[in-house]
Amino acid sequence: MAVLVIADHDGSTVRDTTHKTVTAASKIGGDIDILVVGEGARAAADAAAKIKGVRKVLLAESAGLGKVLAEAVEATVLPLAGGYDAILAPATTDGKNFAPRIAAKLDVAPISDIIEVVSADTFVRPIYAGNALETVQSSDAKKVITVRPTGFDAAEEGGSASVESLTGGDAPGTAFVSEEKVKSDRPELGAAKIVVSGGRAMGSSEEFHAVMDPLADKLGAAVGASRAAVDAGYAPNDYQVGQTGKVVAPELYIAIGISGAIQHLAGMKDSKIIVAINKDPDAPIFQVADYGLVADYKTAVPELMTALG
Amino acid sequence: MSNPIFSGHARAGTSMDRLMKVLVPVKRVIDYNVKARVKADQSGVDLANVKMSMNPFDEIAVEEAVRLKEGKGHHAADTAGEIVAVSIGVSQAQETIRNALAIGADRGILVQSDTDLEPLAVAKVLKAVVDEEKPDLVLMGKQAIDGDNNAVGQMLAALLDWPQATFASKVEIRDGKAQVTREIDGGLQTIEVTLPAVITVDLRLNTPRYASLPNIMKAKKKEIATKAVADYGTDTAPRLKVVKVTEPPKREAGEKVADAAELMAKLKSKGVL
Repeated sequence: MAVLVIADHDGSTVRDTTHKTVTAASKIGGDIDILVVGEGARAAADAAAKIKGVRKVLLAESAGLGKVLAEAVEATVLPLAGGYDAILAPATTDGKNFAPRIAAKLDVAPISDIIEVVSADTFVRPIYAGNALETVQSSDAKKVITVRPTGFDAAEEGGSASVESLTGGDAPGTAFVSEEKVKSDRPELGAAKIVVSGGRAMGSSEEFHAVMDPLADKLGAAVGASRAAVDAGYAPNDYQVGQTGKVVAPELYIAIGISGAIQHLAGMKDSKIIVAINKDPDAPIFQVADYGLVADYKTAVPELMTALG
Repeated sequence: MSNPIFSGHARAGTSMDRLMKVLVPVKRVIDYNVKARVKADQSGVDLANVKMSMNPFDEIAVEEAVRLKEGKGHHAADTAGEIVAVSIGVSQAQETIRNALAIGADRGILVQSDTDLEPLAVAKVLKAVVDEEKPDLVLMGKQAIDGDNNAVGQMLAALLDWPQATFASKVEIRDGKAQVTREIDGGLQTIEVTLPAVITVDLRLNTPRYASLPNIMKAKKKEIATKAVADYGTDTAPRLKVVKVTEPPKREAGEKVADAAELMAKLKSKGVL
């Protein structure tokens, strides 16, 4: 058995989503190799070589791989696929973009977003935005899997694998145009350790930002919103936490003025600790909250700000 | 041929000598406001007597296709000529197609299947539909909110050897290419793909309209061709066995706190602040 893990990295270091995917790979069993695709990503490959339990690191570089274009990743991975029983990638937007493409080329049914490895061919994955868990057994000889990082602990450092360079593939039908990384001091919603979310109770976009932004800044949190708040125009669409928005699982989730529609609960109920602040004591959000504060946010949030110092 | 007369019906939005044909796959799923309930025998999710709707991401794809045709938003007039909605599923998926027709799709194809096909099988059937229909663009939801696989669009593009542009929040068509802004972790990426291509859409692309009553009435007269999966002669055998479907661990309601100070104390004791 051998497993190929396609790394998530920023060119100079590997993100901890890669370490977590290595843990998932170790549960499948066999030798673990890491593939680093990029352009000028030697430092990231060296960093990947330090992850414990890794046999070797493959570094593939090209212009298309620098932008992680799906077609370029496909062209790079296909020639390597013969040597592996499973190909894993973190379920990031990149992993979700290229993994099914590789699977289809190999005539393999991909298994998306696993949260548990039951055995080398059986995996658990959330469906219906986490309202149900599906255990699936694959009959394909080769597996192509994306791994939800929150489901696994990070593999430790302490390895000293060798790094081999190979020729990277390219994407003939696709041209990179531009990239716009969010220049916010706040963490990204999907990766934040703390998320504060506001609901329709805020009443306006001005009020939403006046209440949520200072609190988020004080906590070092990302800002989310309910669909109701987004639909009412109080918060931008990419703030939306819920079944049709982002699914988040931070250490701490603070829902403010959010009633807790099913749609919203599906997007945040895997958070470690949930706090709900709502003036309606019967709001469904309290049924999933570890700590509930029945209060108007207009008084509760300033008090919280004071308590935070 | 430089004489503009010979460029015939070329439109502002494309360099093609005809209008674009857009194929929009749509899926019938449990309505997003309904909580999925796991069956007692752990064989799956209970779909009996549950409100079903078009997958919300597919609705966004239909809306974008219709805007391409109408020349709405930033799209040049008449970028798209014909919009074909296709659904693979039980006979009731016809309602989902009707819904797409009411938003503005021109005709529908129902590929009937009584068993739930896996994403790979769906991609293979869609490839066969594409081979027959020869669209210039496939616009579809990035994922269905039931299986949450986020895979069919990418697999369809692979099987067709077409470029893919996933998680689109902006689409511009010109000169036989699509410039697509994609929602990626930590920001946005803009790429240009040569048509034909597969574009999968994300939430921010647009807000779908409500179908007007006259359009709902008009949709009833539009054509829906009915096919069977077997008509396409593709291998749709399952590769994945669902061992069981279970409820996720239940969250218990916690405790109520009196004020912000007590809340802070609790969070500090838990070590999250």
